[in-house]
Parts: sequence; structure tokens; C-alpha cells
Amino acid sequence: MDLLEYQGKQLFAKHGIAVPSGEVADTVDGAVAAAEKIGYPCAIKAQVLIGGRGKAGGIKIAQNVEEAREHAGAILGMDIVGPHGEGPFRVDQVWIEGGSDIAEEYYASVILDRGEKKLLAMVSAKGGMDIEAVAAEDPDALVKRHIDPSGFDAADARSIVADAGLAEDALDEAADALVKLAEVAREEDATLIEVNPLIVTAGRDVVALDSKVTIDGNSLFRHQDLAEIADTVDDPQEQMAKEKGLTYVKLDGNVGILANGAGLCMSTLDVVAQAGGAPANFLDAGGGSKAEAIVNALEVIKSDAKVSAILFNIFGGITRCDEIANGIVTASQQIDLGMPLVVRLDGTNSEEGLKILAEANLPNLHQEKTMLDAARRVVELAGGAS
Amino acid sequence: MSIIVGENTKLAVSGLTGREGSFHGLRNKAYGTDLVAGVTPGKGGQDVEGTPVFDTIAEAVSEAGANTSMIFVPARFAAAAIDEAIDSGVETVIAITEGIPVLDMLSTYWKAKEKGVRLIGPNCPGVLSPGKANVGIIPAQFFDPGPIGVVSKSGTLTYQIGNELKQAGTGNSSIVGIGGDPIVGSDFIDILTMYEADPDTELIVMVGEIGGDAEERAAEFIASDINKPVVAYIAGFTAPPGKQMGHAGAIISGSSGTAQAKKDALEAKGVRVGESPTETAAIAAEMLRSL
Repeated sequence: MDLLEYQGKQLFAKHGIAVPSGEVADTVDGAVAAAEKIGYPCAIKAQVLIGGRGKAGGIKIAQNVEEAREHAGAILGMDIVGPHGEGPFRVDQVWIEGGSDIAEEYYASVILDRGEKKLLAMVSAKGGMDIEAVAAEDPDALVKRHIDPSGFDAADARSIVADAGLAEDALDEAADALVKLAEVAREEDATLIEVNPLIVTAGRDVVALDSKVTIDGNSLFRHQDLAEIADTVDDPQEQMAKEKGLTYVKLDGNVGILANGAGLCMSTLDVVAQAGGAPANFLDAGGGSKAEAIVNALEVIKSDAKVSAILFNIFGGITRCDEIANGIVTASQQIDLGMPLVVRLDGTNSEEGLKILAEANLPNLHQEKTMLDAARRVVELAGGAS
Repeated sequence: MSIIVGENTKLAVSGLTGREGSFHGLRNKAYGTDLVAGVTPGKGGQDVEGTPVFDTIAEAVSEAGANTSMIFVPARFAAAAIDEAIDSGVETVIAITEGIPVLDMLSTYWKAKEKGVRLIGPNCPGVLSPGKANVGIIPAQFFDPGPIGVVSKSGTLTYQIGNELKQAGTGNSSIVGIGGDPIVGSDFIDILTMYEADPDTELIVMVGEIGGDAEERAAEFIASDINKPVVAYIAGFTAPPGKQMGHAGAIISGSSGTAQAKKDALEAKGVRVGESPTETAAIAAEMLRSL
């Protein structure tokens, strides 16, 4: 689960890391009121889960109330596309914070290194820019060091920030910030914490001017405050799926997909794309074979207006295909899909399942024996790529 | 031979008194796995259809001779149960539980390394050695004994490929589900090493998916250390960047970790990569015939 900038900063503040004070707003009037309270200059920053906001026009400095109104109006409601074409992300909230007097811009992060199975701290004196570019062009400018699982103290942190070449008079404070970032990782179950830039102000204070934080979704049972954030998903289909306990990710195409198991579902998206189609979603039905689970899944898929045909790809392991077939028959009596449904059932009791479907003789239901044939069929029925 | 589980496996199931644990533990027993104990704190002295239940895994080892532990404990208690298993004296711990916080697994991973215990999972379907033993939730009916070793991050995808191999008239030495979480006890390299040393394995099928760089690392390792032929399949070519798809491990950030990057890395080292599960099984069957 990714946190918005201001949510990450609130987490930093909780652990004693200095951040500019500010307020969040979701209307122009609210943003202006916040700016008036905070004073000028102030920064008005789009709150979206994507980098490159500044370049996209999502971060503006206001010098007075007129500018605050103008910038908030421009930013709220804008669509931001990420540097790798992600999104677009609609801006529903802005964060207004006091302008900072920046003397130096650094980079600091603590991330989970899956390969080495340790937390990794990274620090660079070249902050405020694309860190991937820094790492590629000047690898020595980015100091990377694993955090000892048995402990990480001020001395360890100080040697990292010193090696990164941070200003001598900022070393102690920067080391302190790094120790606290590692504490955020461990205590809040964050798998990625990035601060770019970590600034030194003209008054020589070290302040986190931005935040990018990813929290391990599996840990939310022990983080009540973060679990509440996780409940606010903006996409209507994703929200609906979440309420029904399904794993759903919305995509851009017109072929609705339902499969059991994350791996098989991803593979189904791939074969549909190979057949020339455009998947509309990822939906892992898990082991759910009951009619209710199937009805829920079909309702979520159908609620996406772009979908013009659905592929149901099941490989029954412990889940039995005859139970799934019965679920499909029951579901088709409860909801009117109004579009073709291609079903491929394989694995445990697949023959019984296929027989049940054949006997039910459902309108607009097409059976295929293999995954590849099913993918070709659904693409044909959906009317090609959207 | 086979790897990780086989005729000598003596299994203790943590969580055997629970719904999932008893269903799958007893299925494993029905397959022929030597189920010697269940473990549930506070339920020592009971039995589950004749299998004695102990309070601790250490007792299952000392009293019932368990050498393999399977963990079916709810996520928030699972890391502690795995830690207990690592300390109990078993050789192998297979953790089926999904949803364990990843930072809990960091310390558990290193504990297993220090103690020299083979940890498989978590969030995995387990290990099946067809005709010998099944520890986990893999539906055994899709797999016959044979010369192909399978190692996979995914469950259902593995069943799909196994079923196609069976229809192609071949079978498996073992099927190892390593799990899709960011931190798992054993990765592709560990299992590839075991298959390389296993005389019954002639060919290896590796099933990966987006996220992390385990496949890229495996590609390097295959080039340097594996002499047996390897066929690979990667899922997730159409996954959008930055989106999580079910498995916590299936996260891509930026360009590294994409399915295409993994495919390219494997092909650069001479590993054939199937376009679909069907093609992967077909390539494996064809390569086996020409060995």
C-alpha cells in the first residue's frame, strides 16, 4: 500500500523526523484557507501516488492569496501521467505547506532489498533529481549500505551520510534522520521509504521535503491508523471488489478476466494479449467456487462499462470444476450479464463441470477446452482490441 | 530420489486441529505421506483421526520422530510458529500460510540460514514428490512420477503446466512451490542446485512471475552452475507498472522486475522461455525426448 506524500510526512513526524507543517485540502476554498493560515510563500502540492508531479505542473509556489487560489484551482482535478506513462491519476487532494529556504538538497531512502534479504539504506548528496539517473550516471554519488538486522545506531548512520559527502555541519542531524527512517521501516512495516529531497535549510536544519512510503499490506492488522488509509481506494470498481473481498486490479481494455490463483490470472492476461485482445482487469477468484463469489466477481467486472466480453479461466485443483459450473449456472440466473461469457474449465472434475454447463444451455455462454482457444474466442467476441 | 520430501519424510503439521490444516494434512496422509504428528499449543494429548497432537514442535520431534514441519498457522502467528519449527530440530520447514508480514520473514529467514534448516515458503503450495510424499496443498492427481523437476512461484499455474506435462506422457521428480512473497526461505537458485544434484531429475521447468530479480539471478546461476536443461515460463507481461497483482511479490517498480526483463535475462543465458503454459510444457516434453 502506497501512502500519499502528506500521509508519509505524518508518519515521519510521528517518529520525530522534521517535516514542514501543512494542511491537506480537497477544495479550492479549503486550499486557500490553509494557505492564508500557513502564510506565504507556500507550496501547493498535488497528492497523487506517482512521481514526476513537479514536471507535470502538480507543484506550485504561491506568493499571495490570488496565486494560492489560481494554483489550487489548476491543480485540483488535473490528471497527472507518470514518467513511465502510468495513470492518469486524478488529483483529488492538495497538500499546502510553508515554503522552505533550501540550502542543500540530498536524497535518503530505506528499502527492503529482496535479493539480500535485508533493509538497505541509500544516501546521496545529489538530491532533488531523478535518483535512478544519478545511480546510472554517477554511481559513486549514491552510497548504499545494508542495515544490520541486530541494530542500526547513530554511528552506523553517520558513516553512511559522511561517505555520501553531505555537508559537515549537517551530518549529525542527517544521521539522526536516517536512524529514524530505519525506525519507521521496522515499526510501521514500511518496505520502501524515500525522501527526495531531504533538505538542509538556510538555518541548517535537516527537513524531509517529500515522502514516498510503501507499507506492507500484510502488516495492517497491527497498524490501525494505516489500515484506515487502506480503506480509501478511489477507483469505483476496485472499491467494490475490496468490499466483496476480491483481489481486483483495473486495466484499460475490454476483455473482462476472471481466473483462480494470481499466477494463472496473470498468465491469462498474457495469453489474451497474445491473442490480440486488451484485458480489462485482473481478478483472482481465489478458491471461491460458490455461486455468491462468482456473482460478486461478475458484478465487479461488469460494472466496468468498457467490458464487452468476459473470460472465465479456471484450473481446478482443490476447487472442483463441477462446483464452479453450478456456481456459474446459479450466477447466470441472478444477474443478466448482457455480454458473452467464455468459460474454460480444466482440472478436478472438469468433465462433470463441462457437462453441467452444456445441459444448462445458457445463452451467450461459450465453452472452450484450452486456455489458448478460450483466449482467442473471447478476443473475437469482444470485438478485437479496444 | 526426489528433493525435499520423499519416502523418509516424517511430517508434523502445525495447525492440524484447524479447518485448513486438518483438511490438507489428512489429504497428505491419504496420499501416502508419513504424517506422524499434529502440533497445536494447548491441545497436546488429543488426536486427529489417529494422529497424535503435541503442544510443541520439539515434542513432535522427540516423541514422534518428526523431521519435516508444515506450517498452517494464521498469518499473524505464523512467523513465530516457523521460528519454533526452526529451533525444534526438524530438517525442513514448509510454510503454507499466506499474508505473513514481510519484516517478520526477514528475521525468520536469517534464523533458518543460521540453523541450517531448509525453509520453503511462506505463501506457497508446498512440495510434492509424485508417488512418494505430498506436503502442502498441491493437487497430486495432475502429476505422475517422472524426470522433470518443477520449481515455481505460483500454485495454479504450476498445476496447469503439470497437467499438460502429464497429458504429454511425462511426469515429475518433484514439484516445489517456493512462494510468491518478497522474502521466501528458498529461492530458485536453492532449488535448481538441489535438482542439479538429484539423479532422478533430467530436466528442470522454472515458473516465475513479475517482481524482484530472483529470475534474473537464476539466469546467471543456470549459465554458471546448472548442466541440466532448463525451460522457463514467466507470467505477468501485461501487468501495468506499479500495480500489485495478488501476490505481494508481484510488484514491479520502474523497468526492472518486468516479465520482459526476466525473459530477456533467461534467453540471454540460453534458457528457452515458453510463451504460454501450454507451450512451456510442449517445449519441456520435446527437449526431454531429445535427451
